Amino acid sequence: MMLSKKTKYLLLAALVLGLAVIYLPLLVVLLNSFNSDTTFGWPPSGFTLEWWGRAAENQGVLDALVTSLEAGLAATAIALALGMMAAFALQRYRFFGKDTVSLLIILPIALPGIVTGIALNNAFRTILGIDLGLFTAIVAHATFCIVVVFNNVVARLRRMGGNLEEASMDLGADGITTFRLVTFPMLRSALLAGGLLAFALSFDEIIVTTFTLGAGLQTLPIWILDNLFRPNQAPVVNVVAAVLIVVSTLPVYLAQRLSGDTASGGRI
Amino acid sequence: MSIAASVSGYLYRKPRLRLGMLLSAPLLWLGLAYLGALAALFVTAFWHTDTFTGQVVTEWSLDNFATLVSDEVYRTITLRTLGIAVAVTVVDAVIAFPMAFYMAKFASPRAQRILVIAVMTPLWASYLVKAYSWRVMLSGNGLVGWLFGATPGYGLAATIITLSYLWLPYMILPIYAGLDRLPNSLVEASGDLGARSWRTFRSVVLPLTFPAIVAGSIFTFSLTLGDYITVKIVGGANQMLGNVVYDNIGAANNLPFAATVATVPVVIMLVYLFVVRRTGALDNL
Repeated sequence: MMLSKKTKYLLLAALVLGLAVIYLPLLVVLLNSFNSDTTFGWPPSGFTLEWWGRAAENQGVLDALVTSLEAGLAATAIALALGMMAAFALQRYRFFGKDTVSLLIILPIALPGIVTGIALNNAFRTILGIDLGLFTAIVAHATFCIVVVFNNVVARLRRMGGNLEEASMDLGADGITTFRLVTFPMLRSALLAGGLLAFALSFDEIIVTTFTLGAGLQTLPIWILDNLFRPNQAPVVNVVAAVLIVVSTLPVYLAQRLSGDTASGGRI
Repeated sequence: MSIAASVSGYLYRKPRLRLGMLLSAPLLWLGLAYLGALAALFVTAFWHTDTFTGQVVTEWSLDNFATLVSDEVYRTITLRTLGIAVAVTVVDAVIAFPMAFYMAKFASPRAQRILVIAVMTPLWASYLVKAYSWRVMLSGNGLVGWLFGATPGYGLAATIITLSYLWLPYMILPIYAGLDRLPNSLVEASGDLGARSWRTFRSVVLPLTFPAIVAGSIFTFSLTLGDYITVKIVGGANQMLGNVVYDNIGAANNLPFAATVATVPVVIMLVYLFVVRRTGALDNL
């Protein structure tokens, strides 16, 4: 590049500053969860583990954690099955309406969350007559998690081509054996990465969840939103927020280490 | 020949059947359940709620759309939402471009990989937690006030700051990809022909990466248009389109009107996509 040294350093400064701004708020939340001062004046006056202990004993938080885990695991399981099937269909076959199907897979995440949320809310309540509960939230989460698994599996299928499978068939293995011994082992890390990302996405989701989870149930993000404006809950909210940061960024980091294929939530 | 082997042999000879089996479940789920729900939503937008019983009345009318267009409150909220979306997009583009430029053109391949992960990982940290962290930082005695001696408080400025923060990675990544594809030789040729940095940027780099910037703006725009939680957390008394939708589903229990309002961001996005289609931005997604 023919840019002056000065420009280069300015750009580097912008990058460092930008990354600092990206990470600073997350660090503030993590740090605040240990802040001994309940009003969170900055800088913190001291550090304590008290709020973590209180959060661990808070029944509302624990119930929300269980709901989050149940919804996340169930949605991930459905997304893994449907995402993998769709990926095979779109990557290995040519058929009429292929572009429409791939658009359909992206749609739940491409439209604003509130549109997806009320569309499903309306469909469950007014059209199908189903009461909102954990089940409806799982259906909603699975709908937008499919794309994450799909993207990871498609990228892997594209990269691995069909040579090894053809070789396996030439050596006399039938389709099921080939899938079990050749295709699936090569897909495994992509599926694991896709599953981790789908779980993280479900764990974080708030807008669609607000519209599809039954009354009386809370996921962790919804617990935070419900308690955000209650001043005496602030320390526990900080702990739950810190937990959310760790639980959602750790799987993403792992997924990216596992499979460099794709990890952007289907939006990019 | 075992049953498994004969089944797999049969399937091998019938690729259409295999395709059908693979597609049936995802298509049933997304096509019927999700597309059906979307279609039903837009149909509901033409219905209305009985003022006495609160039940949805399935009579067709354009009343909801008429209210939306004629009522000044909704006009103001639509314009405010659009204004915030434009501001967020501009702020993000200005911050993202230099970051993406260094990543794409100066960082080593190893550093590039690490930087992409560094930008992408926080993308997944809870939306709510990130909005909440700005509430903490912008509060009267928070970090921002401590660092700069003043804080913008909760309001439109805080909303724009928080949303820009939330969607920044969605802008950095497409611009980075666009710049990564831009051949260095073009930039060098511009330099050889005597152009200085600024001229090269304006006449070579910017026009060629414009589609990537537009691709990023699709995310910042679309995500902002649908937002209602950030503005609730840091926006003070201000409302966006999403709040109107939310309030009409919850407190006002007027699902048809909520559906009508929800068509606004969708229509704006469709118009925007139609306008930017010719820049080639859609191939950059």
